Amino acid sequence: MDFGLILAAGVATGTVLLFAAIGEIFAERAGVLNLGVEGMMLMGAVAGFSTTVSTGNPWLGVILAMLAGGLISLLHAVVTIHFRADQVVSGLALTFLGSGLARVLGEGLSNAGNTELLPRLTIPLVSQVPVIGAIFFRDQSILVYVGYLLVPIAWFWINRTRPGLHLRAVGEYPAAADAQGIGVYRLRYAYVFVGGLLAGLAGATITLATSPGWFSEQTTNGRGWIAVGLVIFAQWSPIRAAFGAYLFGAISRYILDVQGAGTILGITNPFQAGRSATFFLEMLPYLLVVLVVVIGSREAARKRVGAPAALGTPYVRGERGV
Amino acid sequence: MTLRLPSVRLEPRTVVPRWLSPLATVAAVAVALVISGIIIAAVGGDPIRSYLHILNAAFGSIGVLSDTLVKATPLLLTGLACALAFRMRLWNIGAEGQFLLGAWGASAVVLAPLLPPGTPAIIVIPAMMLAGAAAGAVWGLIPGVLKARLGVNEIITTLMLNYVALFWIQFWVFGPWSEGGFQQTRPFPPEALLPRLTDFSSAVPAFAGLTVHLGLVFGIVAAGIVWVVLERSRWGYEIRLIGDSPKAARYAGIDIKRNIIVVFAISGALAGLAGMSEVSGVVHKLQDRISPGYGFTAIIIAYLARFDPLKVIVAAVLFGALILAGREIQPSGVPAMIQGIILFSLIVAEVFVRYRVRFERQAVLA
Repeated sequence: MDFGLILAAGVATGTVLLFAAIGEIFAERAGVLNLGVEGMMLMGAVAGFSTTVSTGNPWLGVILAMLAGGLISLLHAVVTIHFRADQVVSGLALTFLGSGLARVLGEGLSNAGNTELLPRLTIPLVSQVPVIGAIFFRDQSILVYVGYLLVPIAWFWINRTRPGLHLRAVGEYPAAADAQGIGVYRLRYAYVFVGGLLAGLAGATITLATSPGWFSEQTTNGRGWIAVGLVIFAQWSPIRAAFGAYLFGAISRYILDVQGAGTILGITNPFQAGRSATFFLEMLPYLLVVLVVVIGSREAARKRVGAPAALGTPYVRGERGV
Repeated sequence: MTLRLPSVRLEPRTVVPRWLSPLATVAAVAVALVISGIIIAAVGGDPIRSYLHILNAAFGSIGVLSDTLVKATPLLLTGLACALAFRMRLWNIGAEGQFLLGAWGASAVVLAPLLPPGTPAIIVIPAMMLAGAAAGAVWGLIPGVLKARLGVNEIITTLMLNYVALFWIQFWVFGPWSEGGFQQTRPFPPEALLPRLTDFSSAVPAFAGLTVHLGLVFGIVAAGIVWVVLERSRWGYEIRLIGDSPKAARYAGIDIKRNIIVVFAISGALAGLAGMSEVSGVVHKLQDRISPGYGFTAIIIAYLARFDPLKVIVAAVLFGALILAGREIQPSGVPAMIQGIILFSLIVAEVFVRYRVRFERQAVLA
């Protein structure tokens, strides 16, 4: 097994989690927990794929995927921000709705066959850098590079700009933000929408880049939920989210490769696909999320930093805030 | 930049009329069906025919009514599992995994085997119930302990454990318990099967073909017990108080952490019992596709019933009908979509119950 290739493929797979997790970080930093990531991703995945199948233009697919994720996220926004509904229940409803609607819209798409995919690029010069070049900059989908750009942009936006300060204020202490003249509702709507756009993009990354095709709910297979878990591990930081996303991508790719191998170090591979022990390997990413969330919670408790203080609570002007 | 948003003012109701909450629930379901119908029509289906089909295929004759009740049985038990946990505001999204573990635990009694072949049913069935409930409880305890002791978010852990449970089942049905390399185990012996009405058709000919089984009785009895515990016992009062106001519960000296662990275990046990009832009463063997998402539908059922164990019975029958009849409806995602829309409508309906909603003319919010 060539570890360079595995890691390169892992970066591509991880890009899916990266988009979804950073989208969720934006929403949660504004104080809105959106558990509907899985549903929004499926909407993006199906919208992107079906658009590309019917028009032959993957770029149009990406745009519609993002819009599909963004539009459906607004449902969550209205219900939780204006109507003060429980964010947990509304997020679950969004997942049910998104998955069901995606399956309705994706009816028959599984046999769509091959379609136009997003271009893959090799970056001159940096791709020649030993190790790093082969992993990050050789023959990757263009969306992978978008991911590289998104991480520092998201970090800079949240931590070093005025709008980012407003974002954090709305998530930590909405009453104070309101008193400063910051539109709490407006910003929450905006960042839930951004979360939806990015979840939709994550879905399109699957169907138009990393594993093309529409496989009903198996398309995401719980990766939306893994992204929600990563946000806790990342402690709402885009940089840590990137680290987690690429690590998870690499691990899930490595699992695929182990399943493909007939022997490991000369011993018959008990985890080969088709053998029953392979299912223990399949459990790993999900068990790892549990572990990672435990680590994240422990660390948050120790360092006394954690979720945005107003996460999960609706803001009502004039009522005692957090 | 200023953005004008329509302003909605919510004033908490001081008095909630008794009729308002049930009316809102019925209205929410009706609105959800209308919206779903519009979507079905938009993708080229015929909503009226789909709905009539559901009604007919779920309640049209005594035979299909029995099939509906068979589908309602696992929903009832998993719905109770969710209702109990949600009442304490514990988000157990893991009923699906606990259901699967319950099915596995019950199967182990006959397949491992934990009891020698030929043991009479009067011992085998209770042993399977116990094993199923215990396996489900263990699967519920993991997120319960992690939340109580380490403060780990239970939504993520319960969800992830659903996936782990599915792979665990797959390991057993592809591996140690596989029959002839197929993805299923050998059929259970007769003493491991829950009696069905049709099994008594020689005595009562009218029962012929009715597959409704003893698991339904488990579900109804469990609903009664959970209701009595929640509404009539001191401990149930503690659970409700924690759910309504954790702060007040803490001042009252209630041990919240202990309750988190115990409620998670019982919730898991109920879902595990559902898994036992399904393999012993319906599938009669273990295979990996024993649940079309009962544990997820259970979340909506618990919410539709407003966490009331007795109303869970009614909600389970309605969703049993949707799942049973929905299998033949095209496109295949329609039942799942309807479930999502119903849940959204219920959330919005609750707002109208809790608050007096006033729409005002546009106000500057920026």
